[in-house]
Amino acid sequence: MTNTINEVEDAKAIFVIGSNTTENHPVIGYRIKRAVKKGAKLIVADPRRIELCNYADTFLQLKPGTNIALLNAMAHVIIKEGLADEKFIQERTENFAALKATVEKYTPEYAEKITGVPAEKIIRAARIYAKAETASILYTMGVTQHTSGTDNVLAIANLAMLTGNIGKPSSGVNPLRGQNNVQGACDMGALPNVFTGYQPVTDEKARTKFAQAWGVELSAKPGLTVTEMFSAAENKNIRAMYIMGENPYLSDPDSSHVRHCMEQLEFLVVQDLFLTETAKYADVVLPAVSWAEKEGTFVNTERRVQKVNQALTPRGKAKADWQIIAEIGKRLGFDWNYQCAEDIFKEIAALTPSYAGITYERLGVTGINWPCPSEDHPGTPILHVGKFSRGLGRFSAVEHQGPAEEPDEEYPFLLTTGRVLYHYHTGTMTRRSKGLKKVLNEELMEINPDDAKALNLQDADLVKVASRRGEVKSKIRITDRVPKGIVFMTFHFKETAANLLTSSRSCPTAKIPELKVTAVRIEKAN
Amino acid sequence: MSKVKITINGMPLEVDASMTILEAAESAGIEIPTFCHDPELTRAGACRICVVEVAGARNLPAACTTPVSEGMVIETESERVIKARRVNLQLIWANHPQDCLTCEKTGSCKLQDYSYRYNVTGSPYKGETKVHELDDTNPFFFRDLNKCIYCGKCVRKCYEVNGAGAVEFMYRGFNTKVTTAFDVPLEESSCVMCGMCVDVCPVGALTPKQGLHNNRPWEVKKVLTTCPYCGCGCTYYLHVRNDKIVGITPNFKGPMKGHMCVKGRFGWDFVDSPDRLKTPLIKKNGEFVEATWEEALDLVAAKFKEVRAQYGADAIAGLSSARATNEENYLFQKLLRSLGTNNVDHCARL
Repeated sequence: MTNTINEVEDAKAIFVIGSNTTENHPVIGYRIKRAVKKGAKLIVADPRRIELCNYADTFLQLKPGTNIALLNAMAHVIIKEGLADEKFIQERTENFAALKATVEKYTPEYAEKITGVPAEKIIRAARIYAKAETASILYTMGVTQHTSGTDNVLAIANLAMLTGNIGKPSSGVNPLRGQNNVQGACDMGALPNVFTGYQPVTDEKARTKFAQAWGVELSAKPGLTVTEMFSAAENKNIRAMYIMGENPYLSDPDSSHVRHCMEQLEFLVVQDLFLTETAKYADVVLPAVSWAEKEGTFVNTERRVQKVNQALTPRGKAKADWQIIAEIGKRLGFDWNYQCAEDIFKEIAALTPSYAGITYERLGVTGINWPCPSEDHPGTPILHVGKFSRGLGRFSAVEHQGPAEEPDEEYPFLLTTGRVLYHYHTGTMTRRSKGLKKVLNEELMEINPDDAKALNLQDADLVKVASRRGEVKSKIRITDRVPKGIVFMTFHFKETAANLLTSSRSCPTAKIPELKVTAVRIEKAN
Repeated sequence: MSKVKITINGMPLEVDASMTILEAAESAGIEIPTFCHDPELTRAGACRICVVEVAGARNLPAACTTPVSEGMVIETESERVIKARRVNLQLIWANHPQDCLTCEKTGSCKLQDYSYRYNVTGSPYKGETKVHELDDTNPFFFRDLNKCIYCGKCVRKCYEVNGAGAVEFMYRGFNTKVTTAFDVPLEESSCVMCGMCVDVCPVGALTPKQGLHNNRPWEVKKVLTTCPYCGCGCTYYLHVRNDKIVGITPNFKGPMKGHMCVKGRFGWDFVDSPDRLKTPLIKKNGEFVEATWEEALDLVAAKFKEVRAQYGADAIAGLSSARATNEENYLFQKLLRSLGTNNVDHCARL
């Protein structure tokens, strides 16, 4: 997030796109509802009629995979109606002419044909967003999990820059991150192309710095992303894998392919709390401890580094992940000598400019938002104040591109996936929680009443859902939360693993798979 | 901000003119009892336990709703105040179960604390008492409406903070109770089980099911930590007793102000699931066999070395974890990169 969570509450307009916030980020959802009670205008863009629609001034029910057409049309309206922040554009941005030329053809009527959203609603949303004194955009995977994922985000950034809604309180471009420490994992360089703090592996200066600090030689060649790794395993380019605390067999697209690829590996080691579906394919399984049994730090979606403190002793012979990695490191001949998590954190701070000023002691009960370059720096709640990190903010001219797979005669429904309030990701934790399990312990695929009627289906009927890659059997919930032609499933339940259906086709830049659009066929199962 | 000069318990103070008496007292470290007050909720002024004596005022105003004014002279524990608070407590006692010995709330109950503070041992007021059945239908907490003192904090928290607005006051007078629309079970209402009502209930009307009979506040150690679920980063105190988690107190002073959701508030019991892996496993002839750490780690290191020697470092890949800590993610990528490959990623895209 460029801004902080609590600022959402004071925004005058909030544009939520591709985020079912009240279920996936409930505590941020509370703030959106509070903002509306204080008078903020809410715009929701989502294929499904999510809970936030009840609070929205304008609900833009777009077809999955048409974000850019919608966003470009809003930019079109803002420019045409003279609602753009000319001063901001002039002083703080570049490449505006390219944006203007590109969005010219995205009239609301043109966008209506692509998105299915009535032109007058697009105009209304554009006006609300542009006229508000402070307007905040919140988005999640509904924007990013598309073959056009990166361009979708650029189109969002365009809107914020066009209206000067960046670098000031209660505004900004705010991706809500879905996992406790996904921000931290990225910050720490658990990515194929960067070291900590996004220092590129291709940058010789950065590489030299890390090579010297670590006493090893480092590769300048960016590595493979998760989806590429599995294909590489299939081609025998990857022979051994080390998977820590992830369950790609359920979380990654096209699971049967993932499984096939994992089977090709000569050696797989999985480190987890449980014998997950992925761990079953391992040659070695290493027992790790939960968050309650170890010390360290997590970074939340607003870049706030916060302390994790040990409350329990490790269960059985399980060890903290860092201890296990350190043991392996020693056996590989590295000169590592970490006594505690804080030793590692000090090394991180020394090598990462945005963390340089953070110490365990400073984190206290509130944590610190990075960048925090020195020990007397209070942290940075709002990014890009006065100046973008790259200098000028650059508008990007992006065009609508349809999803890689669209419904056709054979697979006439569009499946979109996500999570529900009571469960989390592949369910390894929540499905082992008594109370949560009691509320919900099985998939209930959402299907529109008209579709259910046409297929002669009753509530809770069992259906076969098939895509080009696989099929699962799931119970259904008949609801007008989903429009006609669209069905929704979670990926929480291994019995109805939705990712057997999804496709691994991904955004060429970010390599994020298009989990939000899969063409499927549905029939009653016996 | 304009300031006013006031005196509390003989202590001269200069405070913000926008403050209530309660806030002014708190800023000076003077604690005034409250039941219905919560700093982030609408001021209700309902319970009257916070009454104070203001020189020149006819009655005893509620500290939580009365603004300070220039020259105000306030006594928070005068004889009149104490008498009023005792009557208030006795009135509550008249219609409140007296099962403190076994009540889950003992030790963190405001009614108990204030009764002790003001030496209230019973009630001279006798009359009809409420009879509600204990509601244990939802998986997360009990609702014992016999213990409800009508402070209304659960109602306001649910509406003002969560937005669910699942509960409200129903009926009038003696029959008043806090319940859902049409009095349906909570799980059939708009309730999303965030548990924030449980966390603000001052008495034993709302108590968590987890840690039942095992969560006396003086017997637990409280450890501040950060939730392992979504990216909001809510922080809370885990209650630990005999090396088990028995409950949670939100971090009201943290950035998320003590707000919680159902997963964070109640979904931590996977920690002691019988499915937890307790020892390393090595697959032999297609079956997992228990191994020592030495065996398992030696094998992992040997295999990594072997693959690197035979096929080069880029034949090794690692998936780190958005679930693990910064320190662990750092070390994981350091391990892969030190081996000579940048093949490291995690599930940020999923």
